[in-house]
Amino acid sequence: MDELRVLLVGDEREFLEILLKRLLKRGIKVAGASSGEEAIKIIKETPPDVVLLDVRLQGMDGIHTLREIKKIGPLVEVIMLTGHANLEIAVEGMESGAFDYLMKPTDVDELLYKLEDAFKRKTIQEQKIRRLEKLKGSERG
Amino acid sequence: MKRRLYANLQKKLIFITLLVSFIPLISLSVVIYYQFAQVFKNKIEEQIEYRARVQSNAIELFLKERTAILLAMADTYTFDYLAEKNNLERTFQIMNRRVGGFIDLGLIDSAGRHVAYVGPYNLISLNYYLQPWFREVESKGVYVSDIFMGYRQIPHFVIALQRQENNRRWILRATIDSAVFENLVRAAQVGKSGDAFIINKEGFYQTRLRFKGEILSKALLDPTHFGEGTTVLEKENTDGKKILYAGSWLKKNSWLLVISQDASEEMTKLFKTKRIEIIIVVSGCLMIILTTILTTHLTIRRLETADRKMNELNAQLVHSDKLAALGKMAAGVAHEINNPLAVIAEKTGWMEDLLTEEDFQKSQHYEEYKKSLGKIEEHVERARKVIHGMLGFARRMEPHLEDVDINRVLNETITFLDSYARTNNIVIEKDLMPDLPIIASDHAKLQQVFLNLLTNAVDAIGKDGKIFLTSRIIDSEIVVSVWDNGPGIPKEYQSRVFEPFFTTKRSGKGTGLGLSVTHTIVRNMGGTIALDSKEGNGTTFTVSLPIVVPEKK
Repeated sequence: MDELRVLLVGDEREFLEILLKRLLKRGIKVAGASSGEEAIKIIKETPPDVVLLDVRLQGMDGIHTLREIKKIGPLVEVIMLTGHANLEIAVEGMESGAFDYLMKPTDVDELLYKLEDAFKRKTIQEQKIRRLEKLKGSERG
Repeated sequence: MKRRLYANLQKKLIFITLLVSFIPLISLSVVIYYQFAQVFKNKIEEQIEYRARVQSNAIELFLKERTAILLAMADTYTFDYLAEKNNLERTFQIMNRRVGGFIDLGLIDSAGRHVAYVGPYNLISLNYYLQPWFREVESKGVYVSDIFMGYRQIPHFVIALQRQENNRRWILRATIDSAVFENLVRAAQVGKSGDAFIINKEGFYQTRLRFKGEILSKALLDPTHFGEGTTVLEKENTDGKKILYAGSWLKKNSWLLVISQDASEEMTKLFKTKRIEIIIVVSGCLMIILTTILTTHLTIRRLETADRKMNELNAQLVHSDKLAALGKMAAGVAHEINNPLAVIAEKTGWMEDLLTEEDFQKSQHYEEYKKSLGKIEEHVERARKVIHGMLGFARRMEPHLEDVDINRVLNETITFLDSYARTNNIVIEKDLMPDLPIIASDHAKLQQVFLNLLTNAVDAIGKDGKIFLTSRIIDSEIVVSVWDNGPGIPKEYQSRVFEPFFTTKRSGKGTGLGLSVTHTIVRNMGGTIALDSKEGNGTTFTVSLPIVVPEKK
């Protein structure tokens, strides 16, 4: 199993930095992006396994960014981070393919569980795809 | 304060209504009464005037007849013939037979000597030369005298005429029977107090009065007050009574026949009319007062009720406005506090992470730090919960549109009541039209609407019953109906069930706001809610919602 790589997207610097530090301390490879546009750029260059996405972003908003991410890498799992308990946005995000949502302020352990769950799902999905490709290859062969 | 306002308004209304109804009524009745009284008085005056005229004509005729027969006798016979006592007596008899009313008859020569006489008095050979009537006859030829005493010392009047025979002048004189004459005059009197009498030009009575007043005494009436022909006067007598007098001149304006009548005696009929009119007007006024007070009272009560309802409605509006504002504020505050709270939580977490490192564990106060950080986290969690609660409240208050599937809302709502219904043996059946269009509406509010209706249905049934839920599309509206086989709503309550604070549930069980709120929500969504209920036959509430297509995302 590969190492979990996480991308943190949020425009509140203070919050972003501290979360980065905490995740890094737990040995998770994590990078940060302060806007939707920056996140898309990073994902295109080095695709992460899980994106932790704050839905309240300046510029391109959370839902929009989510849809873009899913377009670029359908297998990238996204966990929504909502600052206000606006369930409607969470629901909309889930409908647009987010893995789960978290409400701020979050418990770091809960966050870790969710990240691992999302990573597991991504790995399983990838394994399934690999298996299918193998089948396809043997049929041909 | 408000009560006084209404009381004032009521007073004003009553005052104005009474004013505009009384003024015409009273002025009309007064005018009509005076017109009527005038006509009535004129009629009475006309009557008395007519009687005076007719009677004066009759008297005139009486005098003319007597004068005529006397003339005939004088023309027929000579002085010498009449000087014979027998002849004169026969002539007297003829005259009395023909016209009557004569007391005596005398023949007087030019020197004024009574030559012959027939009658009850002994007047023969008296000399009349100095008597005033004698001069009158000499100058006028025919003369009807006023009443005078004469030699006999009894009031009487005479008709005398002069004849020229060759060189001799003589006078034939007859005395009229006063009783006959007075009877003739009296024939004109009417009523209990009416009188008829004659006064002469100088104002002396020529006949006796009915009650008091001697013949030949000075009359209380001044004859100069009476105009030519026949005139009517109204005068107060000594007792202060109003008396009507009709005077008619006769005997070449030397006598005045007067007919008097007590005006009030005739007017009693008018007074009777007046009394009846007053009774009618007064009872009319009373009726107007009563109806005015009653209708005004009713109007004011209606106004008061309408006002109170308006105020209730306003209070509700203000209340919901307040809640909405409060909701917005709560949301703003929550958002603003939530972010720093998140940072605090993360920082605390970071500090806890760092505490796990060895250097810190050696610290003297390691346990204190750890405990304090734990406390901070605990309180952040507490604040978080408060904010979530506030946000939840804000969400309930803020109206907002979202994509709503009515059937989903219905199914969700049923699940709330499912277990309660099952324990009370109430079956909830449903017939939902599949593929209802998604509409833009407020999920939470719709849930509240259907929950209210379903709760009412369950409460109405109590135990053992059935609820039937349907959704349909009728005329481009989504129609949801909730039927229960409960006891139904009595007719007199049906119009009131949507009123705020109206409830039939036991006190403490219902607020009386459920259906009112439901009604308001549905109306605000542009929908309608209707009720169909027969006592003993269950109740159906039908909610119709317009299909509002959500905006494309």
